[in-house]
Amino acid sequence: MTGASSWAGWSSCRNEPFLHDRGAALMEFGPHLTLALIEGAVTAAVLALTASGLSLVFGVMRVVNIAHGAFFMLGAVLAWWIAQAIGGHPAWGFGAALIAAPLMVGALAAAADAAVLRRLAHDPERTIVATIGLLYIIEQVTLMTYGPEARPVVAPFNARIALPWIERGAEGWQVIWPWGFGTTTYKLAVIGAAMAMVAGLWLFLARTRAGLVLRATQADREMATAFGIPVAKVYALTFGLGAGLAALAAVLIVPIRQAHYLMGGDPLLLSFVVVIIGGLGSLPGTLLAAVLIGLSDGIISVFFSPTLAKIVATLMVALVLVFRPQGLFGSRPA
Amino acid sequence: MTALLQLRGLGRDFAGLRAVDAVDLDLAKGEVRALIGPNGAGKTTLVGMIAGRIAPSRGRVIFEGRDITRLPAHRRMRLGMAYTFQITSVFAGLSVAENVALAARRRVRGAALAEAVAAALGRVGLGDRAGQVAGDLAYGHQRLLEIAMGIAQRPRLLILDEPTQGLAEGEIEGFARLVRDLAGEVTILLIEHNMDVVMALAERITVMEAGRVLAEGTPAEIHANRAVQAAYLGGAGDAAAG
Amino acid sequence: MRALALHLGLLAGLLALHFVLPAYHHGNLARVMVLASYGVGYNLLFGYAGLLSLGHALFFAAGMYGAGLMVQHGGLGAAGAFVVGVVVAAGVAAALALLALRTVGVGFMIVTLMFAQAGYLAILHFSEITGGDEGFVLPQAGRMLGSVDLSTPDARYLAALALFSVCLLVSLALVRAPFGRVLVAIRENEERVRMLGYDTQATKWVAMVLSGAISGAAGAGYAILFGYVGASFAEAQYSILPLLWVLLGGAGTVLGPFIGALFMFYLIDLASGVTSAHMLIAGVALVVLTLFAPQGIMGEVRRRLWRGLP
Repeated sequence: MTGASSWAGWSSCRNEPFLHDRGAALMEFGPHLTLALIEGAVTAAVLALTASGLSLVFGVMRVVNIAHGAFFMLGAVLAWWIAQAIGGHPAWGFGAALIAAPLMVGALAAAADAAVLRRLAHDPERTIVATIGLLYIIEQVTLMTYGPEARPVVAPFNARIALPWIERGAEGWQVIWPWGFGTTTYKLAVIGAAMAMVAGLWLFLARTRAGLVLRATQADREMATAFGIPVAKVYALTFGLGAGLAALAAVLIVPIRQAHYLMGGDPLLLSFVVVIIGGLGSLPGTLLAAVLIGLSDGIISVFFSPTLAKIVATLMVALVLVFRPQGLFGSRPA
Repeated sequence: MTALLQLRGLGRDFAGLRAVDAVDLDLAKGEVRALIGPNGAGKTTLVGMIAGRIAPSRGRVIFEGRDITRLPAHRRMRLGMAYTFQITSVFAGLSVAENVALAARRRVRGAALAEAVAAALGRVGLGDRAGQVAGDLAYGHQRLLEIAMGIAQRPRLLILDEPTQGLAEGEIEGFARLVRDLAGEVTILLIEHNMDVVMALAERITVMEAGRVLAEGTPAEIHANRAVQAAYLGGAGDAAAG
Repeated sequence: MRALALHLGLLAGLLALHFVLPAYHHGNLARVMVLASYGVGYNLLFGYAGLLSLGHALFFAAGMYGAGLMVQHGGLGAAGAFVVGVVVAAGVAAALALLALRTVGVGFMIVTLMFAQAGYLAILHFSEITGGDEGFVLPQAGRMLGSVDLSTPDARYLAALALFSVCLLVSLALVRAPFGRVLVAIRENEERVRMLGYDTQATKWVAMVLSGAISGAAGAGYAILFGYVGASFAEAQYSILPLLWVLLGGAGTVLGPFIGALFMFYLIDLASGVTSAHMLIAGVALVVLTLFAPQGIMGEVRRRLWRGLP
């Protein structure tokens, strides 16, 4: 019974140790910090997507979805399957995964809501226990089918960009090209794509009829029922949409960080931090917090250790909840 | 007249809204006082502040000459208050006797406990149901159990929040007998909508409206008060009695 | 009286099994009894006080590391290490309770989860002291109770039984005492209890400290009896397992944790023969129990057969 697998084992593969080990000796503080900020921006962009999903589900349904990280992981693993199956140029496989994986994960989550959460009447405490169960099921079934290996998906494009730095040398200010100081086109594309998707989500919520229905249900469930909104259907779709956003984020990140059945722990934790710090149901708050947390996680991980960054993050969630309980979980669940 | 409870300028705001403005009130030892007023007048907020469930925004609560404004609810109960809830909130999974024992145990232990429990249950006429699970009791009996719990605390001030709500005609008569029986041993503050009950039981009546005390006096005085009639009794009296 | 007979009967039965069980099941049952002691501690808080913690691994690990590090670095024997483990766990629980009890419901669940995770990560971070991910094997000196070698199967079984007996009987006494009645009342309606004059915050704090101490006793016992201290016992999975045992066996019943731990241990044991993904069983059990049997096994017994079952 000793725990070989653990959902929150945080053993997800942070495949970027180069900064921490080799880079530090070679690079000055300034370039080093810039690299940390770029890494942080990638984390922040992906985190913004993932956390929006968690926030949406809690906002509309009052459900704390502990399986959110598992849906993230499933998105990455499905992306690998799809990319494998399609073959050919990496862009084809990746493109197909980008569309299909979130849809599949979303459909699965909607089904799980209908089959399990709805039957618990979305009672907050029992729902948490049930989503812990879902998390184990998803993780363990992935282990049985996909296996314990970490596998990469090839990025559709991945050109390296060297970055310049200005330094004051013996002959005054000069432009230099420090070794190892650069990033890739794919990373920049991830930042752009995630930003576009979050903007899309915002437009969906603010401008479409479906978004209006979601917001109405979030504001007052009983009133929504009275106005003839099919709340059960809205809940299933919201749960699907939330999981789909996590899967989408995972597909974006899987060419950088490989797919592994335990990779969901980090996104779950960081999404929690973001949702709790950023304030509930407020998309701007979520985005601001995602940027803050993503960047500081990047910086603490680079200059100290990833473990320390996670200790800080977990304590931050706990202390915010303790000392500002009115923030996220203010009203006492019945 | 010695005052058991004194409120001085007691008030509470909710998000900028004055739920209770600045209430002065004196409750004499041994009296039965009714607190009436339309919904939203601030009655429940006011007793909430007396019992310590709601922190006041201003003013003071003085119980037996002692300022208890800052005391938490459980300390106030130990000083000699008891509070029965508007919504029936007996411990449904525990036996009737255990419900009362929980109330009595703050005061007595051992053999005296069993006596106190039996006495309180006998008083409300639930003596033969001590072993039943409280959740299985009929609604009217659950309300009586609430009062038995209040009695078992042997309070000096018993706050009853809408005790007759949901009771049938006959049950209300039984309740009125019980309160008359208790009067004299214990000071009672009664929030009540049923005007027949109020007129029959209360020695004095305080009328609240919009967070203020509109009038205070004997039932006859209140009945004759035009302002009260206009604000509360007039026309709406029958509806409120429902 | 009947209740006391039932629980003493179970303990007598476990003693009798010591003489008849084949080695494999004998060893398993010793482990189940230690884990069930952990479940007993968890049940006190969740089953009786109604506080759903997702962070009890912190207390189990506090007991385990408190005892283990005392042996490793302090050179203590089993008895001293055990006491230190229990005290450390109680202290951790006392401090955490002060913070976590400011929240309720979902907030309490997340706060306990996060603090336990921080504890687990701290074990990894301070690996020079704790042995990090790999943990450490307890030196033989720490497994000696006077001249008795607790690492032998016989002594281990009897020590596990002693630990479990104490935890079970303490839990039985607590829940039948007025203290336990107040806990149940808090679970049903905390505000009402407060208005009866009880300091419910203080009561919950005491419950959490007791729960932490019993969980820590199980953790310390596990380290001493099985000779290994490792970070995996501090992981979130070890917070979920006691919840699972208690849900399965019946929350708020004294025997529930043992029944649940026994069933779950053998289910997972059987499953590991078939697949490495043996925690699938735990996931399915969690979902099925929440959906169809929130009362658990002993909860059903209480509902159908014996309403007074403690």
